[in-house]
Amino acid sequence: MPEHEADGSPHTATPQVADFLRRRREQIAQRWADEPLFRTVFTVSRDEAVEAGKAVVDALAEVADAGRVEDPDAAGFSGVREQLARMGTARSRAGLSVTQVSSELSALWPPVDNLLLADLDQAPPEQVRTCAITLSRLLGTLRLVAMQTALSEGQALIDRQRMQLLEVATPVIKLWDGIVAVPLIGTLDSARSQVVMETLLNSVVEQHARFAILDITGVPTVDSLVAQHLMKTVAAARLMGAECVVSGIRPAIAQTIVHLGLDLGSVLTRASLADALAYCLHQLGTDIVDATPGGANLR
Amino acid sequence: MNESSPRHVAGHVPVLRLGDVLLVTLQGDLYDSAAQQLQQDLAETIAHSRVTGVVIDISGVEVVDSFLGRVLAEIAAQAELLAARTVVAGMRPAVAITLVELGLSLPGLRTALTTEAALELLDRPIVTPRSGGRRQESP
Repeated sequence: MPEHEADGSPHTATPQVADFLRRRREQIAQRWADEPLFRTVFTVSRDEAVEAGKAVVDALAEVADAGRVEDPDAAGFSGVREQLARMGTARSRAGLSVTQVSSELSALWPPVDNLLLADLDQAPPEQVRTCAITLSRLLGTLRLVAMQTALSEGQALIDRQRMQLLEVATPVIKLWDGIVAVPLIGTLDSARSQVVMETLLNSVVEQHARFAILDITGVPTVDSLVAQHLMKTVAAARLMGAECVVSGIRPAIAQTIVHLGLDLGSVLTRASLADALAYCLHQLGTDIVDATPGGANLR
Repeated sequence: MNESSPRHVAGHVPVLRLGDVLLVTLQGDLYDSAAQQLQQDLAETIAHSRVTGVVIDISGVEVVDSFLGRVLAEIAAQAELLAARTVVAGMRPAVAITLVELGLSLPGLRTALTTEAALELLDRPIVTPRSGGRRQESP
């Protein structure tokens, strides 16, 4: 960014622009309040939109005072950053693309430009030109700051949701005394696999579980990586003294595993979670029998 | 430690005899030399005393490297030759993950959650180690 060069020629205009912004603060804010960007975000009252507009104008004036019209990190912007982010995210949540939000931000420029030209009616054309350029740059930087903040907000949201997903997606359920189960749902990547393994092993210790069931009914596909992870989890659980059963292998997945030539020989498998539970209960010496005396179809 | 006769005190790691079972408790860091010493002592003790089971409690061990993993596997193998079953009890989750990541899943080793569970396991008449691959009696 040719910051210094850019600051060079219109340098003399920044005080005038700052001056103009302060003088016309009220009018600019009033006009901005009618723009879709402010109008749609501050729906409660027009005054609120005007107040927000004033805050932005003040920030711009401060940045112009500092002579850092091209610098998105200028101290003046820090006060309105949160507000700009709020506006940006509100618009993108309303279904607007980044380009549309950007063009709404650029729509803030014409009203201010018109005011500036009206203000400098008597001034020499050279001064009008430099002032207009400075203002245009200043608003360009404002747009950049707003977009930057909105995008980083989005990134933070994604990070937060990824963490939540990790927590939500790996509950360990106690099915019986000494039997815990993890229903796996969704695609397993290495990060999730690690979390699954750790939570399962920790709950084996906490619950004194002799059996752990990994139910993969909700896992859409099993590739060699997932199979390897399953085998690792089973081996780790076995080292701790718990037996691991993998359940919920659907026919298509069973076929895939065989086609891939994966050896799950060291893993005890059952077709459904119910079968796995029945197996574990049997191993613990508990069997489920029909309570009704006439229920003759015992297995 | 008072219950065990002096010759069962092996190097840095004491070996306790409880009836038919030898109990070894590993604590903290175990040096390679001490681990090897333990391996030898255990072999001799099993041969002398004709026990039928060995329980190694490693709940106090926070770090297991590939060497100790191999020593454990070898202890189990040699005890098997001397007609005694070995159970490793109380492995921590972090240790289990480390061993698996090292590629040491120790397939021949019997394991139990606690020392109590290990003694219970040795009481049962099952001879083959739980390998998981077998389809036992279907429920």
